[in-house]
Amino acid sequence: MLDTPVLTAQDFKSDIKPIWCPGCGDYSVLTALAKACAELARPRESIALISGIGCSSRLPAYTSVYGFHGLHGRALALAAGVKLARPDLTVIAAGGDGDGLSIGGNHFLHACRRNVDMTYILMDNQVYGMTKGQASPTTAPDWCESKLTPEGTGISPVAPLLLALAAGVNFFARGFAGNPNDLARLIVAGINHPGFSIIHVLSPCVTFRAEQRAWKQAVHASDAAAPATLQTEALTRFAADDGFTTGILFAGSKPPFMPPRHAVRTAADFERDYEIACKSDSPSIGVSHLSAGPGRRGVTLPKSAIDLFNNATA
Amino acid sequence: MNNISRIVVCDGNEAAAWGVKLSRPDVVAVYPITPQSSLVEYLSKFIADGELDAELMNVEGEHSVLSALQGACLAGARTYTATSGPGLAFMFEPYVRTPGLRLPMVASLVNRDMLSPQCVWGGQQDVMTVRDAGWIHMFCESAQEVLDTVIMAYRIAEHPEVMLPVNVNHDGNYLSYGVSRVEIPSQPVVDAFLGDKNVNWHAALDPDRPMAVDPLTGGADAEGAARFVAYRQSLCRGMQNALEVITDVHAAWRCASGRAFAPLVEEYRLEDAEIALVTIGSMSGAAKDAVDAARAAGIAAGVIRIKTFRPFPVEAVARAAGKVRALGVVDRAVSYGWNCGPVCQEVQGALYRTGRAIPVLSFIGGLAGADLTGAHFTRAIEATRQALATPPEALAPAPVWLNARDEGVLR
Ligand SMILES: Cc1ncc(C[n+]2csc(CCOP(=O)(O)OP(=O)(O)O)c2C)c(N)n1
Ligand code: SF4
Ligand SMILES: [Mg+2]
Repeated sequence: MLDTPVLTAQDFKSDIKPIWCPGCGDYSVLTALAKACAELARPRESIALISGIGCSSRLPAYTSVYGFHGLHGRALALAAGVKLARPDLTVIAAGGDGDGLSIGGNHFLHACRRNVDMTYILMDNQVYGMTKGQASPTTAPDWCESKLTPEGTGISPVAPLLLALAAGVNFFARGFAGNPNDLARLIVAGINHPGFSIIHVLSPCVTFRAEQRAWKQAVHASDAAAPATLQTEALTRFAADDGFTTGILFAGSKPPFMPPRHAVRTAADFERDYEIACKSDSPSIGVSHLSAGPGRRGVTLPKSAIDLFNNATA
Repeated sequence: MNNISRIVVCDGNEAAAWGVKLSRPDVVAVYPITPQSSLVEYLSKFIADGELDAELMNVEGEHSVLSALQGACLAGARTYTATSGPGLAFMFEPYVRTPGLRLPMVASLVNRDMLSPQCVWGGQQDVMTVRDAGWIHMFCESAQEVLDTVIMAYRIAEHPEVMLPVNVNHDGNYLSYGVSRVEIPSQPVVDAFLGDKNVNWHAALDPDRPMAVDPLTGGADAEGAARFVAYRQSLCRGMQNALEVITDVHAAWRCASGRAFAPLVEEYRLEDAEIALVTIGSMSGAAKDAVDAARAAGIAAGVIRIKTFRPFPVEAVARAAGKVRALGVVDRAVSYGWNCGPVCQEVQGALYRTGRAIPVLSFIGGLAGADLTGAHFTRAIEATRQALATPPEALAPAPVWLNARDEGVLR
């Protein structure tokens, strides 16, 4: 066995000092993530953390795993690309409610549908923190503190849990930044669960939503004996959820997305086809049936190859 | 004077918001981004306070912002939005369709440098990247000019001989947040100046003339392509017409407001100048100070400031450049592949009209919000003077990078 050093949570933090406001919930998310990585005992270079843009999306710089600070709203698309190119990596995407549900809302739906084996840490403070306090899709319609919407948005907020369930998410947990140990446990569970998992973190913005300090009193652990495992069951159970239920709320069993793998055709395959075509009286299995575009096994034959075969049988 | 309602001290973002409010748009759509955010927050305050009667749509991203405004404009509304850097990039798909649709929109670009590397600071790489999309581009030097240009932009955009969208550019950080004295024109002056709203006479929802806008123009056959070319030609005509319209509108605004701005190109101390710096945007103030200092020291330098960048005022630039024997062009963006700044590249194109191949130096500075100080311009003047003695073909084919690590060394 290889003698790999045991990494502590601290080893998963970089030496860059976060520039979040003192008291920001995102500090605890960083702590929880580092703890989760230590618990998973994976080498740093086997983890990739991809974010969008926002205060929350600064996360990768503060960890010591592979990190990429992407475009606003595109973390999930980018993370899926990383995972498809390197299925061996543990891929984590992270970002805020604006990043993931506003400008990147479409990717949220399709990531749930596609079910690539990766974990999304959605740091929800119901505000665009980085651009100084505008309403996000999770903001209550009557929140009037934003200078952009001084009379409130007047439009109904999105419930990430219900949205994710409706789009076919495979795992959904909710944690609170004020409880980093519990949050670390949820992150580990999400990473270990095959397919796409969402860790929805209530992470207060103490600067633009000081009232979120009271979330400590609002959060409550799910009283269900076990997570829901069927989409319909979860939708019924959480139809009237107050948004503060924490724990693993849904754990489905859809198989993770596997890109269709086509057998690569070798020269021997082509030779065999050629032989069959020459011997066969029946054109139905002959190469005269070859045409441009993806073939049965998804192999696209170059025009020259088709001409070669078709001429050979002519 | 009653053409001014009040005098305030405000930053360029607030000045833009005042210009918009006075122009009475019907629909404003936004997505916040640094350094634009406060601009639209001022507008939403005007709306909340009942001072501006407009719909403000707070949508989920810039792609939706401009799409929503295209809908509003097609339905006959006067529209406004503002964005910066990455926001403009995300807006690109509807952005490139707007000129072809001949929608007379006005939008502020609060200029920001482009990623990567990550950067939230000022720079003009955002606008320079879209310079050939078909929008009119004007660049402001002061908060007052921002306010006045926003108002003028509506009259230019909606002019029947133009009918093109206008971007009013103001530099992020220096203009967006820098405060100065600003005169607010009175509402009746602006109302009279803009006249009756007739934003979209060519494609507005009209019960007498229902039509499907922008169906497929035709196949790749000769007729389809020819029709497509006809649209392109008409867009080019609108752009070229804009040169005269912009000039006329500035003259009319001077009468209405009492304030004069050069419409296309501003010539500063160019009479008897040996060399000139070419500038664009907020850097021009520091360049003029450096020129004043140089003049005091007996150096015959001047400034050519580009106000209108699209349509590019080829004749006006050639005329101004024709007065000097060497140019130093200062850009806050890069033209990759030309290894110089975009303004420098275009000025060289205009120089061809003069038939004189004078030395032109490219200076690139003010990237990522870096300050372009009087000292930078003083050194640029010095380097341009030295180039006087150098034949153009012997000049280094590389830009002089200001604010670089080795900035002490001017090659
Ligand atoms: C295309 C684009 N539009 C706008 C922005 C400006 N912007 C940066 S972060 C942000 C919102 C951040 O909100 P959220 O994702 O909730 O993160 P938080 O700061 O609250 O953690 C916005 C609008 C941008 N960077 N790129
Ligand atoms: S603005 Fe809000 S979200 Fe951003 S760092 Fe400060 S507290 Fe955190
Ligand atoms: Mg947020």
